[in-house]
Order: sequence, then structure tokens, then C-alpha cells
Amino acid sequence: MKSLFALFSGLLIATTAMAQEVAPDVLVKTVTNEVLDIVRKDKDIQSGNTKKAIDLVEAKVLPHFNFTRMTQLALGKDWRQANAAQQKTLTDEFHVLLVRTYSKALTEYKNQTIDFKPFALKPGETDVRVRTQIKQSGAGKNIELDYDLEKSGATWKVYDISVGGISLVTTYRDSFASEVRNNGIDGLVKSLQAKNKSGEATSVKK
Amino acid sequence: MLSARIKSAATAIMAVGLLAGCASSGNPKDPIEGFNRAMFAFNEGLDAAIIKPVATGYEAVLPSPVRTGVTNFFGNIDDLFIGVNNLLQGKVPEAFSDLGRVAINTTVGLLGLIDFASDAGLEKHNEDFGQTFGRWGVGNGAYVVVPVFGPRTARDTVGLVLDVAVDPVWNHLPQDAREAAVVLRLVNDRANLLPADKVIEEAALDKYSYMRDAYFQRRRSLIHDGNPPREVEADAEQVDRPATAEVVVPEPRAEVMPVAPAPPVLVARAEPVETK
Repeated sequence: MKSLFALFSGLLIATTAMAQEVAPDVLVKTVTNEVLDIVRKDKDIQSGNTKKAIDLVEAKVLPHFNFTRMTQLALGKDWRQANAAQQKTLTDEFHVLLVRTYSKALTEYKNQTIDFKPFALKPGETDVRVRTQIKQSGAGKNIELDYDLEKSGATWKVYDISVGGISLVTTYRDSFASEVRNNGIDGLVKSLQAKNKSGEATSVKK
Repeated sequence: MLSARIKSAATAIMAVGLLAGCASSGNPKDPIEGFNRAMFAFNEGLDAAIIKPVATGYEAVLPSPVRTGVTNFFGNIDDLFIGVNNLLQGKVPEAFSDLGRVAINTTVGLLGLIDFASDAGLEKHNEDFGQTFGRWGVGNGAYVVVPVFGPRTARDTVGLVLDVAVDPVWNHLPQDAREAAVVLRLVNDRANLLPADKVIEEAALDKYSYMRDAYFQRRRSLIHDGNPPREVEADAEQVDRPATAEVVVPEPRAEVMPVAPAPPVLVARAEPVETK
């Protein structure tokens, strides 16, 4: 009986997942609102609890990211130099680094509001930019926050985020490239691992 | 006087250019990396020793509305020059909007302390002489880390010299007030950047090159008013896509699957799983 119920709920989840071809702008909007709602109510995150912010990001945001693509973009042509195992390690380490950076940014959230710019999906498009704007109350400076998404199958995945025109991903290009030039792919893996270790230490301290 | 200042700045830039011969490390955008790294270290030291502690104290002592007032006050003065730059770039409606902002905020906004214009729907723009040159088609030129002011390109360094030369705070305030005003503006600007610090520390493998790349991207975005052509992505496509197709395993990684519906059959077999 129990397993039959599980079968049905499993089917249900599978069919709803297939049925909802969520448009990229709707996806960005839903996730943004959901996450900010949580942050607004969470005093711990607001006072700099990175661990808690990371949990939130892992649960709500990450499922919509394509980290393989992000890592590829950050490595540029060096990606091809890496073998499959190295690519996987690089992706994992870059994943950790991006998540921590993103979570850190969330803990800096005060009470800005997000404006979603008009967006129209052209038929057949598989690579789009959804543009939003962070409005700071009082001081009139707005910050553009843009999401690049790519369609794979029926779902859209984020593969880059730009803050004020600065890409979270491609900003790493030159430092990654020079690391690879000097110490090879393994050198880059090592320095990413070292960076993540030191970051872990500081976020635990918090 | 203005020309004298430009001349001395030009000399400084030439001096920087001469140094180019001694230090180079292969990045075509950054031919004087050795010099720049030294200057970057100097700026970081200056920031850590003086500017950042002062800005932190400033942020701690002054309540947020007061700091917003300070930001708005200097922002209002900036708007005048943002308007001039928009005009130079041929963006006439934007220029009028900027001048409208100044008119509203200087009067109703109590000499710029309150930014009513933004509430009224006149958006604040971001322009400077470096962007105007960029708009006119002047390329970046070499990357230069300017003492105190930080990252610039050769083009933006010239822009900075002009920005400083016509800076109304320095040029038109009474002698005894202007030093204080310039310091206040610096400290306030730095305080506004404090949140970004932690994120950059968290993000950067090598802070120097991270800041450099970020600077290039930021300027490119600003010159195109937040909507630059997607050239980086286009490169990447050409270089990466074919490789991707071969290399990336079609099997999606765990985090790539959002709702991750396990095949129903599997779920059904997993007896002990709690399903409410």
C-alpha cells in the first residue's frame, strides 16, 4: 500500500516536472522572490551566518544552475586541456567557490528591492539574458543584476550572473588562464582547493 | 591652471609608460603588470591602514539616513557632470533628465541631501569622461593602477584627470571647506563599498587579477549603459562549444537536475522512504 502511494507520488512529481516548461524570466522571478522572502525573515542570515545562507542557496538556487557550463566558460579554451576527471574536480571546486561567494553576498542583503525588467522570449531561443535591477532605498544608485540562461531539454539553467556588468564566471578567466599557464590544470585545481579550504575556515569562524 | 594639471598628469602617465619596458608578464591588456601590482599593493596597504578603518568607523558612528544624505549631496553635484557627459555622448534626453535631477534635488531636495528626483522617476545615471571617450570609440589602452584612485585604463586615466580638473567640490568650494569635503566624499564612497569587500575576499583567487578583470567588465558595461553586446559569450561559443559536445558526459550531474524526479519505479521500490 505504502509503496503504491509512493509510486503515485513519484509519478506525480515526474509528470508535473515534465509539464511545467517554466519560462526563464518566470524562473528567475520565482526563485529570487522565494529566496529573498526567506532572507528577509531570517535574522541569522542577515547578521552574517554564511553557513545558513549556503544551506538556503543549496536548496533553492543551485538546482537551477549549470555548473559544468560555468566552469567551462571560466576556463575558456583551457577546458579542453583537462581530462574528464580533472573537469569533474574543477567543476566541483568551482561550484563550492561560487556558492560561498553567492551566499556571502546574500548575507549582505539589507532591504533592497528587485525590479524585473521586461522580458520577451522569442520562439526557438535557447540562450537568453534575464535582466533585473537591485533598488537601494534612499541613495538612488541601482545595480544591474543579470542572469544568463540556457535551455537544456525542457528546463532553463543559469550559466552566468553579472552584477553591475561584472560576470561572476568570466571574471575568473584571466586568473584561471594564468594559473594554468604557470602550473598546469593540476595547479589550478590545487589553488582552487586551497582557496576553498581557507574560505571554509573563515565561514566556520563566523 | 587646468592645463598645468593636465600636463603634470600626462607626464605621470608617460612615466608609467616608460616603466612598461621593465615589467611585463604576457597579458596584452596589462603590459605594465609589475608596476601595477606594486601600486595595487600600495593602495591595498593604504586602504588597510587608513581609509578602510576610517570608513568603518564612519559607518558605525553615523546613522544610515545621514550617510544617505552625504551620498546624495555629492551625487547631486555629480549629476551635473553626468549630464554634461551625456550631452557630449549625444544622449540628449538623458542629459535633460540629469539636469532635471539637479534642479529638483537642489531645491526640493534641500541642496541635494534628499534624492526626490529618483522617486519622481528620473533615474540616476552613471557617466564620466572616461566613458565619454569610450563612447567616442577610444579603446581601453593599457591597464593602470593609479595611486589612491585604483584601477583605470589609460583612457580612463585621462578621463579621471578631466574629472578631477573640473571637479566642482575641489574647484568651487571655499579653500578651507574643500579639503574636508573631498575627504568626506572619499570616506563616504569607501563606506558604501564595505559590503563588497567581503564578497571579493570570498571570491578572488588572486585579488589583483580579479579586480582587473572586474574593472574591464564594469567599464565595458557602463560605456554601453548596462547593455553591452554579448561578445564574451560569442567567443566562448566558438572556442568551447564543439569541445563541449565531445567532452561533457550527457548524463546530467546531480545538481543540474532541479526537481530530480527519480524514475517512479525506483521510488516505488524504496520501501523505507517516508512519503507523507
